[in-house]
Amino acid sequence: MERIPILKMSGFLLVSIQVDMHDQLAMQLQDDLTNRIATSGARGVLIDISALEIVDSFIGRMLANIAAMSRVLDAETVVVGMQPAVAITLVELGMSMPGVRTALDVDRGMALLNASRAAGDTGHDDVPVS
Amino acid sequence: MTSLSAESLPVETSEHVVSVRQAVRRRAVELGFSLVDQTKIITAASELARNAIQHGGGGEVIIETIALQGRRGLRLAFADRGPGIADVARAMTDGYSTAGGLGLGLSGAKRLSHEFAIEAAPGTGTRVVIVRWK
Amino acid sequence: MSDADVDSDARQFSRALMVAIESGDVDVQATAWSDVRDVLARLSESRAIHGASPSETATFVLSLKQPIFHALRRRATDQNQLADLIWTASTLLDQLGLLVTELHQKAREGVIARQQQEMMELSTPVITLWEGVLALPVIGTLDSARTQVVMESLLQRIVDTGSVIAILDITGVPTVDTLVAQHLLKTVAAARLMGADCIISGIRPQIAQTIVHLGVDLNAVTTKATLADAFALALRRLGKAVTRTPPRSESASLTPAASAGA
Repeated sequence: MERIPILKMSGFLLVSIQVDMHDQLAMQLQDDLTNRIATSGARGVLIDISALEIVDSFIGRMLANIAAMSRVLDAETVVVGMQPAVAITLVELGMSMPGVRTALDVDRGMALLNASRAAGDTGHDDVPVS
Repeated sequence: MTSLSAESLPVETSEHVVSVRQAVRRRAVELGFSLVDQTKIITAASELARNAIQHGGGGEVIIETIALQGRRGLRLAFADRGPGIADVARAMTDGYSTAGGLGLGLSGAKRLSHEFAIEAAPGTGTRVVIVRWK
Repeated sequence: MSDADVDSDARQFSRALMVAIESGDVDVQATAWSDVRDVLARLSESRAIHGASPSETATFVLSLKQPIFHALRRRATDQNQLADLIWTASTLLDQLGLLVTELHQKAREGVIARQQQEMMELSTPVITLWEGVLALPVIGTLDSARTQVVMESLLQRIVDTGSVIAILDITGVPTVDTLVAQHLLKTVAAARLMGADCIISGIRPQIAQTIVHLGVDLNAVTTKATLADAFALALRRLGKAVTRTPPRSESASLTPAASAGA
């Protein structure tokens, strides 16, 4: 059965969605990803959707679910690379996904995860971390 | 309104949602829709196709390239075999859902289209027609 | 429009007209009349672009009536034939007159559409203020169509330049209605989905009042009084700061008292 691959890199999970997903495939990804967060102990998840030409309410909801589930599992999710036309359409559709963190690309998403991990791990804002 | 060409596709499984999206994209590109317009009509098609499967037990869609007074556009007519909708006004409100979804399907598809019509007497299935002009 | 131009237009037109009339077909949409239509299309367009009115352009064709009627009167053998000939000629010229008016109108519409497009593009410049910071100063009234163009070009530039902060400055926008306020909010929401932050600056007091009276919720949006304030905030968010440095040597030479050591 086809699956969206999940890569692990430097303590984060990276998913790059390159295909026009049907609903079962999206649900499968949601399952796989939550399992991997739990088993790998990853503290951050990057979902790259720059290749997606549309995000409808179903995929939008899947992204919001993954973000919420990963938070429960103590991992931060960042959705990166949403195309302008997709963003405009999603807003028009009525989904602004307030619970989902976003970044322009994988690099910036990674920086965001590193920053919040650094702040979260120390528990003290005044302790410098690198 | 003149119909320039039309095709009919089944809407029974979630793979069909993908094939409907692809067929709509093909025609939107042919018509020279801007990227944002393409994305809007494809997304609307995706919402309505999923609605027809989840609430209407499946059906079909007629995808049509149309022309009216020098304008060209895309017309999508979804028809399902479901129980219809008892309270159309309520089904059109954001957040109203009978299937545990977000309830954005109908209202969202309407916002993404230029024209929207729904016929849904109980017992006859639901018919939703949307048009997006170039 | 010079006399020479009118003369050359008239010559081309009468030449084409003669050929068409020879065909015996009196429907100006027929193939025999295609040269006439081409000539008229070209001259209507050039007149429309040069600002001639539709009636001026139509007069070019309709002024043929008098000479043609005179010629027919001389040639006609009896009253009945004359009436028939005049009727045919009159119908023909009326058709051509209408055709010219239509072509003129179409050309004008083309000019207006082009100007609208140009104005739309001119009025939505997206500027890079700093690496990672874009600004879009909006000037003039925002309607639905224009807001959409503004929104799309801003979002596209965010991707193209990899900017994480976009400032929408509406100092030059006289009024805001509910629809426009909602469009602005949608732009902010769409930018956020892409991973960029939007700051709205330059909201006039009367617009602030309107927004509150209309019940538009701007709570989720960062707003600043001026573009300068918004820029300062953007730099702060990027971890950059503007600091005061000693005056440079040019100014030091003007006021010797303020030495370089200051």
